[in-house]
Amino acid sequence: MSSPETPAAAGGNTPPGREPAHGWRLFAIWLPLSVAACLVIWFVWYPHLPPGRFSTSAAHQQFDIAVLAVSAAPVIIGVVLYFIYAIVVWRAKPGDDRDGEPIFGNVKVQATWIIGTSAIVLWLFVFGTVELIVPAGAGAGEGPSPIWKQSGNQTAAWTPGANDILQVQVIGQQWTWTYRYPQFGGMASTVLDLPVDTPITFHVTSLDVIHSFWAYLLGVKADANPAVDNVAFTTARQTGSFIVRCNELCGIWHAAMTSDGNVMSQTAFKAWATAVQAREKANGTLSALPRYSLTYDPTVIPQLGKDLVQVAGITGAAGYFYGPANPVTP
Amino acid sequence: MSVTARAAALIVAFLCVVGAGVFVAVYYIGAASQLPTVNYTASGGQVSVALQEDPGNNSATRPSWVTYYTQDPTTKQWLHTTLFTVPAHTRVNMTIYGYDGCTPLRNNYFSQVQGTIGNTVTVQQFNKNNRPLGLPLTESLINSWAHCSVGHTFAIPNIGLYVPVASPNAYNSVNNLCGTFPCTPTSGGAYSLETFSFMSPGPGSYRWQCLIPCGGGFLNGNGGPMQTLGWMTGFMNVVSA
Repeated sequence: MSSPETPAAAGGNTPPGREPAHGWRLFAIWLPLSVAACLVIWFVWYPHLPPGRFSTSAAHQQFDIAVLAVSAAPVIIGVVLYFIYAIVVWRAKPGDDRDGEPIFGNVKVQATWIIGTSAIVLWLFVFGTVELIVPAGAGAGEGPSPIWKQSGNQTAAWTPGANDILQVQVIGQQWTWTYRYPQFGGMASTVLDLPVDTPITFHVTSLDVIHSFWAYLLGVKADANPAVDNVAFTTARQTGSFIVRCNELCGIWHAAMTSDGNVMSQTAFKAWATAVQAREKANGTLSALPRYSLTYDPTVIPQLGKDLVQVAGITGAAGYFYGPANPVTP
Repeated sequence: MSVTARAAALIVAFLCVVGAGVFVAVYYIGAASQLPTVNYTASGGQVSVALQEDPGNNSATRPSWVTYYTQDPTTKQWLHTTLFTVPAHTRVNMTIYGYDGCTPLRNNYFSQVQGTIGNTVTVQQFNKNNRPLGLPLTESLINSWAHCSVGHTFAIPNIGLYVPVASPNAYNSVNNLCGTFPCTPTSGGAYSLETFSFMSPGPGSYRWQCLIPCGGGFLNGNGGPMQTLGWMTGFMNVVSA
């Protein structure tokens, strides 16, 4: 009768010499499963993965998700396969209450594990970094001084077909969005219209609390912080409509803080922007707006104070003039 | 304590927490549902809606909050609610009485009238004796920064409707704002009368709000009445005509 601690007990009742090659068995099952899963992910899932290919940043995000899924699938399949294999092959037989074989280390297994996991982590680091740099921040807000920028011409006036970068300021406030176009006299709109195949720079800011500008189909998401210019880049690749949502809980109407967006031809955009600029110039909106700036201090309203502020006793809802934190009725 | 007793105690505690949550939710939902909805019906393909915004209100708990009132089209009584119903795809003729004083817009872009028919409003101001201060004016912009002439706004962002509501004449309203709520033209306060029209959209619920941060005493002026149905925000329910 053998002791439970003796190597002879390894593999249950199977003599050690006749132990099957479990590693090769597992590999033989794992390889075709992994190849099949990767093919399905790449050729079936990838074209339908969010957020689509409406813009360069969206297409890069879709590509990233597909590559990461292909990278993860063999690992997941390997773990699950080993788990199932262990349960089926190495489970305790009925009536066998012996201890398992003591393990004294296995250089081959340890080396495989360390090299494999290191390779995976290194791959993710390199891939993630490249995919952050190449699409100029991948559609995310890079803060006021972006490191990775989109190529294009920095111009004071935007011209169709000239690869000029279109500057668009996104202003969040409870609970609506406003978009300003500094290359069109600082005109503003509640609809985000953009030209196709044009490098676009978003300058995202807020007038009150923190919001988040999320143009899902464009693959752009950037926090809108008061007094901060958060810059994000993209280039729309198709014409069509999209929706902008707020992605930062900002009060009762957060869920309804949406606005419409349209990507149109460059000439149609030019016509639209020029028409809005002309209308806002004619009705006085442009002169009523503050001078275009990357951020605004809503507590500074220079026009006030020149005349009516000297009228004592005016009592508006919040007291005629409000501070940033706590408007007090005088 | 046995394992069974512990389990039972845990289950009872869990049910108490869930029950308290359900009670609070039902209580508040119930409270919200008590807010009356004013039904406006079309006549001749048009519907007339009347609102007023006041510097205070006649509630027992929050009398200092600014608020909108909605007029019952049948009784002509002003109801303390911001829920109203209009038929779909119908011309809505709005009348808003502005009894509250001026407060500047945080974003002066919304001084521009947008989404009304003609992108204009008609404004007339009255003094505390209910005498008009000039003729009605048609405006496409009421610059809240230049003349402190806007009290609140009426905005339905999802249909692109943004209307600055004129305040009473600033000089005339000094110490002369209405003090009895809901206000009336003869209640001793200066006011403005603003009218405009827009086409109602398809059936659905459309939130409307004021874009002036008029929640005095709250962070950024956007708490309190700005975030409470029945005060400075509400729903326009659009039903099939």
